Amino acid sequence: MADTPLIELTDVVKSFGPVNVLKGVNLKAFAGKVTALVGDNGAGKSTLIKGLAGVQPYDGGTVRFEGEEVHLHSPRDASSLGIEVVYQDLALCDNLDIVQNMFLGREETVGGVFDEGQMEREASETLRSLSVRTVKSVRQKVSSLSGGQRQTVAIARSVLKKAKLVILDEPTAALGVAQTEQVLNLVRRLADQGVAVIIISHNLQDVFKVADYISVLYLGTMVASIPKDQTTSDDVVGYITGSKTYDGVNV
Amino acid sequence: MTPTPASPPPTEDTTNLPAEGGFIGSGQEGGLGDQVRAYFQRVRHGDMGALPAIGGLVVLVILFSVLSQTMLGQQFFLTERNFANLLTQAASLVMLAMALVFVILLGEIDLSAGVTAGVALSAFVVLTKPDGVNMNWVLALLIAILVGVAIGTFNGFFVSRVGIPSFVVTLGLFIGLQGVTLIVLGDGGVFRIQIPEFLAIQNANLPIWAGWTMLGVILLVSFGMSMWDRRLRTRAGVPNRTIALVWAKLAVIALAGGFVVAVLSSNRSSSVKVIEGVPIVVPIVLVILWIGTFVLDRTKFGRYIYAIGGNAEAARRSGVKVITIRWIAFIVCSVLAVVAGVFSASKVGSINAGFGTDTVLSGVAAAVVGGVSLFGGRGRLMHAAIGALVIAVIANGLGLLNLPAGVNYIVTGGVLVLAATVDAVSRVRAGGSLIRT
Ligand SMILES: Nc1ncnc2c1ncn2[C@@H]1O[C@H](COP(=O)(O)OP(=O)(O)OP(=O)(O)O)[C@@H](O)[C@H]1O
Ligand SMILES: [Mg+2]
Repeated sequence: MADTPLIELTDVVKSFGPVNVLKGVNLKAFAGKVTALVGDNGAGKSTLIKGLAGVQPYDGGTVRFEGEEVHLHSPRDASSLGIEVVYQDLALCDNLDIVQNMFLGREETVGGVFDEGQMEREASETLRSLSVRTVKSVRQKVSSLSGGQRQTVAIARSVLKKAKLVILDEPTAALGVAQTEQVLNLVRRLADQGVAVIIISHNLQDVFKVADYISVLYLGTMVASIPKDQTTSDDVVGYITGSKTYDGVNV
Repeated sequence: MTPTPASPPPTEDTTNLPAEGGFIGSGQEGGLGDQVRAYFQRVRHGDMGALPAIGGLVVLVILFSVLSQTMLGQQFFLTERNFANLLTQAASLVMLAMALVFVILLGEIDLSAGVTAGVALSAFVVLTKPDGVNMNWVLALLIAILVGVAIGTFNGFFVSRVGIPSFVVTLGLFIGLQGVTLIVLGDGGVFRIQIPEFLAIQNANLPIWAGWTMLGVILLVSFGMSMWDRRLRTRAGVPNRTIALVWAKLAVIALAGGFVVAVLSSNRSSSVKVIEGVPIVVPIVLVILWIGTFVLDRTKFGRYIYAIGGNAEAARRSGVKVITIRWIAFIVCSVLAVVAGVFSASKVGSINAGFGTDTVLSGVAAAVVGGVSLFGGRGRLMHAAIGALVIAVIANGLGLLNLPAGVNYIVTGGVLVLAATVDAVSRVRAGGSLIRT
């Protein structure tokens, strides 16, 4: 690759007691590109990204961000670098509205008191920049939103934070056809804005639709990292299940 | 499965273009009519707030005035004297319910709130005893507040740091602190408080002019805050609600507040000694209500309390210091509980070793009746205050009717269940879920 990756994981390990969940994983993600992380249930995908988020720090290995080695011990470490995660179990507060959720943890204040107008404007602008049309009002409670709309809010939240790396854990898992389409478009637009995106998905059709690179995790080991157009769905299925081994060069 | 997607690649999707007409509103647009319609829509969707409690309050007031007239042949309930009396009777419960809101919003509970006041107030009486330490009462009051801080710190530590359920920690303290009060006071009966300033809180009134000034200040502050909000919104270029709503709000405050101050400004004494004016406790409660609401609505601490109550894990992942916020909320609760104890001791003029042992559940009931959710994340201080008024009206009204004390408990319990049912049913009807809303 000509570009240096925005983020590069080398030999990352993580275990829970005696269980080695990540056994020396390598992963790269590039600015403006979508990297799909695939693998069977329990392969360690969520564990891998929880480490990147600083929620569950790795036991070992190195993480380079923009070429520099970094340590991710807390969510604050990650977000100060510009790493944002949209979790599988959408981390939104149902009792708060869209603006409040998007700004949670980084509210705009004037003399310690909220500047609701400013927050509302930035939230609307962000949603508009992502061409979100399905949301009626930014002051709706999140509890009143559909799955796709909630996903949209969660993604918009990371855009608002000017994230450099956005990680999405199964963003389309619970969505219908139309909403999946919308979210995938959103993911693509995110990358087009220059953000590095890592997306976890079990749906290979979605993966091939949106990804630039595909990385396959198998039982805690990265068995393949390939540009999308140099592989096929059948091959990827083989790597995921362990019935095929990739012998080409990893990205 | 083929790698070629069936639909055109997303990069060529036309939704990439800026969304014209893809307008996202803020619920602030439109005239008075739109706003009123939007409000009723929210209510229909189960967002009733304190509406049932306010309705209940109105019904109870009508009921008791009719019952007083028919059963006793005379109006004892709807009188200036009883109105003032009701406010001072309710003050302590209002304060306690407001204190509890800070932890209930987190989805926690503080069963020790009542006895916390017991310990703090027993420290106060021991310190101010004329034939004992004889400390300056302001200093002693400060120490009583610090006792609250200490107990809140203890609760907060075990709940947020150690991770013990608040029900258990505060139940432990509920039992233990009764013992502390007992030891501090000895079981020597009733301890009178004879500090005139302390007793004045609940037994003296503002001069008439001060009552009206108070109303003026409330109107001014309310107007100022509305205008400040509008200025910030205008500066940010987002729509403002129609200004008519500001005038409507001010008109309601002026009319309702004006009525209350006018009633309290007339002489309510049955003897030659004139008793008139707004009880001193009223502005104290209003100031604390205002500050508390300000903090909950407009500062990070308040927002994070709601966020933790809604989804603690989401808050944590957003970088909210969940442990610290929980901890501080318990301290706030304990301190305000001590203030509630001060009101109650000032009203009665004495305390005994059982002080505060029977109040906390009424405080919780008040909050729930007012529409504060025990699951956390939903409710306001104002709701708790209104809920407390409902419970105080029941006690006051039934007391006037000379009904046995047992009836009070039964009715209060019934109202609590009724309030919870109204809330749950409205939510289910609106298609929401019974839990975690
Ligand atoms: N906190 C934990 N304690 C113990 N084991 C854990 C913990 N978290 C994850 N694991 C184990 O690590 C393994 C990988 O889990 P992980 O959630 O990362 O898988 P995944 O690839 O995200 O799976 P899925 O596709 O089902 O989401 C699983 O076997 C899981 O049981
Ligand atoms: Mg997972």
